[in-house]
Amino acid sequence: MEKKAGFAKPEALTDALTHYCPGCTHGIIHRLIAEVIDELGIREITIGIAPVGCAVLAYNYFNLDFAEAAHGRAPAMATGLKRVQPDKVVFTYQGDGDLAAIGTAEIVHAASRGENITTIFINNAIYGMTGGQMAPTTLPGQVTTSTPFGRDVKLAGHPLRVAELIATTSGAAYVVRRMVTKPATIASAKKAIKLAFQAQRAELGFSLVEILSSCPTNWGLSPLEALEWVEENMASYYPLGDYKVIDEVKSLK
Amino acid sequence: MAKGTILIDEDRCKGCELCTTVCPFDLVHIANHFNAKGYRPSTLVDPEGKCTGCTLCARMCPDVAITVYREGG
Ligand SMILES: Cc1ncc(C[n+]2csc(CCOP(=O)(O)OP(=O)(O)O)c2C)c(N)n1
Ligand code: SF4
Ligand code: SF4
Ligand code: SF4
Repeated sequence: MEKKAGFAKPEALTDALTHYCPGCTHGIIHRLIAEVIDELGIREITIGIAPVGCAVLAYNYFNLDFAEAAHGRAPAMATGLKRVQPDKVVFTYQGDGDLAAIGTAEIVHAASRGENITTIFINNAIYGMTGGQMAPTTLPGQVTTSTPFGRDVKLAGHPLRVAELIATTSGAAYVVRRMVTKPATIASAKKAIKLAFQAQRAELGFSLVEILSSCPTNWGLSPLEALEWVEENMASYYPLGDYKVIDEVKSLK
Repeated sequence: MAKGTILIDEDRCKGCELCTTVCPFDLVHIANHFNAKGYRPSTLVDPEGKCTGCTLCARMCPDVAITVYREGG
């Protein structure tokens, strides 16, 4: 009775154990990116850029070339790497504190310039690494360590909808939002990541996949409760969907 | 029905339970002992050999702790 592996660690991940908290969906998203890289056969030509945030050590977990950018500057670094090595596949992996606060200018202009790079944007509505402070994406009323009475939009402003914002740029080719809460949504997120990388390979311009992700530790929820919280609270403020898919990307499907 | 089984690498597991709610046959449970990291790992409880190797449990795992095997591929 011969048994064959039906599911195993992708080659594009190392054997390293991650430092992520139990049930943190950063781990699921890492695996999806690695599966896509394996399936496209691009492991040897892909360069990832790690952010500042909980994913700061991502270069230890991906079996790929990797660079580490200063906080929020991953799109600028990706721009340089891609322009001097246009045959490489270059992607950034960025949290919402990294991308939507300190790095807002970088991401908006990289998209606007139509840089032929891919950004995987992890929206967990909080600053995870630094202890659960409010992020630009923190929901109205959400309790964080810096909004102990809940985010008051009169005082702290409104959450930023990144996929919608980036979709308005002329240089963007593919901009979508997904989540990773159950096998079906995980499969859909993987398809989107794959299409984003394919769009880059076809030189169609900037691609961004926003993924609603959990932070059980700083939300004060169990990992399973945190996934429910994503579905019940985040997905209503940040609707899943395809915000910009240019015709050339549609024809890749 | 296809036959399968899973192998959980106990020392990768963080006991997060994400794999325990998706199995169509409810075969994945949290064990009563601790692993080297101090987490209670998940475990396959499949005395009747019901696992089909569907991979759903493995797809939920943030730590790639589950390998799925299928008979004959
Ligand atoms: C220039 C600079 N400013 C501030 C910080 C502190 N800092 C580290 S990570 C982080 C935000 C992390 O949040 P996010 O990007 O959402 O990632 P997560 O940890 O939630 O995955 C901040 C503000 C820093 N390291 N460098
Ligand atoms: S602090 Fe939050 S985002 Fe960071 S690893 Fe832990 S659960 Fe994940
Ligand atoms: S592979 Fe499918 S059937 Fe087997 S334990 Fe996992 S979820 Fe259950
Ligand atoms: S999902 Fe992975 S880490 Fe979490 S309990 Fe299951 S095997 Fe362990």
